[in-house]
Amino acid sequence: MLRDFFKKAKSSKYAVLDIPGRAVSPKDEEMIKCGECGEVIYCKEGDLEKHYKVCKKCNYPLKLTAMERLSLILDAGSFVEYDSKMESKNPLNFPEYEDKLVAARESTGLKEAVVTGEGTIENIPLVIGVMDQFFISASMGSVVGEKITRALETAVEKKLPIIIFSASGGARMQEGLLSLMQMAKTSAAVAKLNSSGQLFISVLTNPTTGGVTASFASLGDIIIAEPQALIGFAGPRVIEQTIRQKLPTGFQRAEFQLQHGMVDMIVERKDLRRTLSRLLLMHKRV
Amino acid sequence: MSNKLEFDRPINELEVKINELKIFSEEKEISLDKEIEVLEERLNRLKREIYENLNPWQKTQIARYVERPSTMDYIKYIFQDFIELHGDREFGDDKAMVGGLAFLNKSPVTLIGHRKGKGIKENVLRNFGMPHPEGYRKVLRLMRQAEKFKRPIISFIDTPGAFPGIGAEERGQGRAIAENLMALSCLKTPIVVVICGEGGSGGALALSVGDRICMLEHAVYSVISPEGCASILWKDSNRAEDAASVLKITAQDLLEFGIIDVIIPEPLGGAHRDYQCTAENIKDVIMNQLKELDKVPVDELIKNRYNKFRKIGEFLEQGK
Repeated sequence: MLRDFFKKAKSSKYAVLDIPGRAVSPKDEEMIKCGECGEVIYCKEGDLEKHYKVCKKCNYPLKLTAMERLSLILDAGSFVEYDSKMESKNPLNFPEYEDKLVAARESTGLKEAVVTGEGTIENIPLVIGVMDQFFISASMGSVVGEKITRALETAVEKKLPIIIFSASGGARMQEGLLSLMQMAKTSAAVAKLNSSGQLFISVLTNPTTGGVTASFASLGDIIIAEPQALIGFAGPRVIEQTIRQKLPTGFQRAEFQLQHGMVDMIVERKDLRRTLSRLLLMHKRV
Repeated sequence: MSNKLEFDRPINELEVKINELKIFSEEKEISLDKEIEVLEERLNRLKREIYENLNPWQKTQIARYVERPSTMDYIKYIFQDFIELHGDREFGDDKAMVGGLAFLNKSPVTLIGHRKGKGIKENVLRNFGMPHPEGYRKVLRLMRQAEKFKRPIISFIDTPGAFPGIGAEERGQGRAIAENLMALSCLKTPIVVVICGEGGSGGALALSVGDRICMLEHAVYSVISPEGCASILWKDSNRAEDAASVLKITAQDLLEFGIIDVIIPEPLGGAHRDYQCTAENIKDVIMNQLKELDKVPVDELIKNRYNKFRKIGEFLEQGK
């Protein structure tokens, strides 16, 4: 199926760039273990659309690569990537950062932890950003911040809605304060988008934490969460260490966030594309 | 464990000695002026030696030092007629955060800042300067008021970070910070930020989006605490000293990265040796910055602020 996604690209009305990226997630190949219940799931290539990488036993949505996510959400062949060549530097000369980047690039086939671009969902054009946790836990450094900001600015310029799939361990420590500032930068870009009247749907996937939660990911007009996704500012371990008590079950999961009024809805993976297309249609400008 | 700064001890000892001599000479009516002068010269040399060569970890310790002046001290020394305003009108009043109105040389300003305690008891009350969502919502309310009444905002930063706790998560810590970042980015009034102590990650940033980011000479501002970084990087929080130096958290580093605009000098031997002098230095900088910002039309102010943060980030782009 993923192969079709790239193949059909040629007949699309959009010019399609050659996106480097593996068709399957780097770690699991054919067999993956459910992170929640331990069930072993067989995921043959091409089966993605049948099972959506959701555990058959406990319904837990397993991690997707950015490319898998794009192929599940967008119309086949509609994706055009932005800023595909942008790469991180090591501005602080932080120890082992370059090795980490090289390893992440090799294992994911991506240049950085977010893929941005434009495409269509049921023929409705939109700007899209997808964070990939297989790339240094999708932490936000200069590149992630810059690509998200540019995507938001492009949505303003082209008068398009934007959907961002977040998944992140937070700010990228290795870029020091430069990464913290990406929170301010991306949030300012959302403010700009808001004054232009474009729709921003933020989809929170497992896990969305730290600086990403405390910036653009929490600023969508509509916030959707995947079932059971861990969503929060501080990570559970940090909280446990600080308050020295065990956290209640279900703490910071999507269901908890819905109950506390932090997300609009929880949508299962199989229904996500349909839900997004309905929302886009309702915001379509005539 | 002593509360004093380890590297500061020789200075402290000498100060005590000089003081003793002064008292002795007064009591006995013996002139020891010459001896005192020599010692004072030595003291200044010592201060210079130590304080001009501080490493990032020592600066972190100074920034966190209990005797370092805090937001409330600066409010007292710099402004007149401070009136504190409480509460977020939604949940509560966060005591880790202070906000209110005051005069700065006869012009009204809105003041916001983190509030650490001086002793253990006050620190428990103030939650060690670590705000909950209601703290961020309180200052957001006050900032919007400043916009309505066209008052400039002065923000004082001194926090280990936003509080990681159950209640904080239940009430949307992430969302509260994000909303402040978004609101500050386009608030139609001048904002001057003073990082005076510890600038701890997102909890500090939520009050630090402004037109001018000023930082005291020995303050620090970091994406993660050096201890936290060391425990992730080397699985050893005792290597905080090494982490502090790789993270580039000092005012001098951050000026070089273009993240802050102004370094505010501290009196020789650190802000804790002279509150008055530190406050005057801060006041001078705030006055100068406001004078400049006052001339900028509001639309341009917002545009400049957007661009200021827009350009931060370092990356490579092939083929461009």
